Amino acid sequence: MEKMDKPLTKNIRPDRAFATLADYESTGGYQGLRKAVTELQPKEVQQCVKDAGLRGRGGAGFNTGLKWSLVPSDDLSQTRYLIANADEMEPGTFKDRMLLEQDPHQLIEGMIIAAYAIQANVAYIFLRGEYHLAASRLKNALKEAQSKGYLGEHVLDSSFNLEIHLHTSAGRYICGEETALINALEGKRANPRTKPPFAVVSGLWGKPTVVNNVETLCNIPHILQHGVEWYQSLGRGVDKGTKLFGASGRVKHPGLWELPMGTPIREIIEEHAGGMQDGFELRGFLPGGASTDFLLPEHLDVVMDYEAVAKAGSRMGTGAIIVLDDLTCPVQMVLNLEQFFAQESCGWCTPCREGLPWTVTLLQDIIGGHGRIEDLDTLAGLTRMLGPGNTFCALAPGAMEPLQSALKYFREDFERYIVGNNAIMETV
Amino acid sequence: MKEQTEHLGFEGLSLAEIQQINAELRHYEDKTAVSIEALKIIQKHRRWVSNQCLVAVAELLDMSPAQLEGVATFYNLIYRQPVGKTVIHYCNSVSCWMLGSDQVQERLCQHLNVEVGEMTEDGEYTILPIVCLGACDHAPVVMVGTELKLDITVNAVNEILGR
Repeated sequence: MEKMDKPLTKNIRPDRAFATLADYESTGGYQGLRKAVTELQPKEVQQCVKDAGLRGRGGAGFNTGLKWSLVPSDDLSQTRYLIANADEMEPGTFKDRMLLEQDPHQLIEGMIIAAYAIQANVAYIFLRGEYHLAASRLKNALKEAQSKGYLGEHVLDSSFNLEIHLHTSAGRYICGEETALINALEGKRANPRTKPPFAVVSGLWGKPTVVNNVETLCNIPHILQHGVEWYQSLGRGVDKGTKLFGASGRVKHPGLWELPMGTPIREIIEEHAGGMQDGFELRGFLPGGASTDFLLPEHLDVVMDYEAVAKAGSRMGTGAIIVLDDLTCPVQMVLNLEQFFAQESCGWCTPCREGLPWTVTLLQDIIGGHGRIEDLDTLAGLTRMLGPGNTFCALAPGAMEPLQSALKYFREDFERYIVGNNAIMETV
Repeated sequence: MKEQTEHLGFEGLSLAEIQQINAELRHYEDKTAVSIEALKIIQKHRRWVSNQCLVAVAELLDMSPAQLEGVATFYNLIYRQPVGKTVIHYCNSVSCWMLGSDQVQERLCQHLNVEVGEMTEDGEYTILPIVCLGACDHAPVVMVGTELKLDITVNAVNEILGR
């Protein structure tokens, strides 16, 4: 009997082995695809996914069916592309790796349905270069799908043709940004592009292109197979479906769990992750990866819905909770995060290229005992200058989220370094 | 054969490398798109991308060397300096950092007697930092060659190096 409440992970085994094509088919695999290409028009597939309320699982949360419907459909002879964004690199996030390594056919089926919905005949999996095991399992699964007629010419004897190519990248966080990813796939430096035009209109080689996150695509086969009502019934709150939520840091059982959207954060940290390790207290957490604002223990009852987490002052992001314990210095944690963002900035636009290294320098000065109290105002100023609307893409605004919330919630930790420094100077 | 490759301007690339790069061309609309795959193919054969190889690949793909250098230096996993037979990437992103990646890195360097970025004297290893390897529930993690090592403790360093 299929585990209907955990569609994404029903084939995932605890031993990290992977679902073969036969395993995948035995739990209903490729039934969603069969239904799509034999019973539904591409527009109907789009509508179904739109009605289900699936929102992008890469962090932005845009309605997936709506994104598909923005691909111009007036000229069907025009080339279009579908890209699976498998460039998982948001610190603290380890959800797509599991889906890619342990159930590769789920992604492939999701991609074939998505490509059918937007009538793309070529698709790419943009996989981060470090995911070697995922690459070999995907390569093998693509061959299997081809040999069974799910992929290639005349998918399931229909008139729809699709090739899927696996592209392995060479590592840069910015490649996860949709238009930077497209530049990387074209063999260029992964700088983001000006928007508009949006990729759905002019993307890969100037053609309409849909970029969807791995986890997003993995939802598609189940929506097609079991329908909109079933999918909507999975959510506990406002948002629909299930999601992979993770917890890392000093919790008893770090891990990854498929849970309904709308699950309270408390349940994830205290029940699934088993609470804090002995000797550690919860000080705060980043709810959805490195580029989300800190929340505090008082926010534990916030539920994992896009709007609910936003209302609490952060973002659900990738749903990967990074836990800050009471023995880890939040200022040093923020320094680690900002060093990551400064290194991974593509350098294309000035605020990000100059502002992030400046942020790092200020934090290093503060921690090194050379900080001044005015530096905190400078840091606060940077969170505005590097904030939304001032940069080409979301990297710098994302980098500012943990910093701005740390300045708000952990100001005394910053001040302690500075006051301590002043005290030392006075005694000298 | 040598004369022919010289004439084509690909001197320095082996036939196998050229064939593997050409095979990738079938998956893309134009030659430029193959640049990253091509550099990775060179590395599979030679570990790193020398100036000579960079120029040869640029000519093979109808790119200027400057354009290809721009690509090569952008990506973290393209090496423009010699690296050891096995590259050890230690994750230094937030979850691994909280659970002791600094100590793991120190022990790795101590054990192999090199600084980060250097190659061991015997040419076996190079240690490099890497961003989040997507295994944060098993932090700290290290990637030895293509193999991911989970839940690394300082004491396990000898073990993961097998020496």
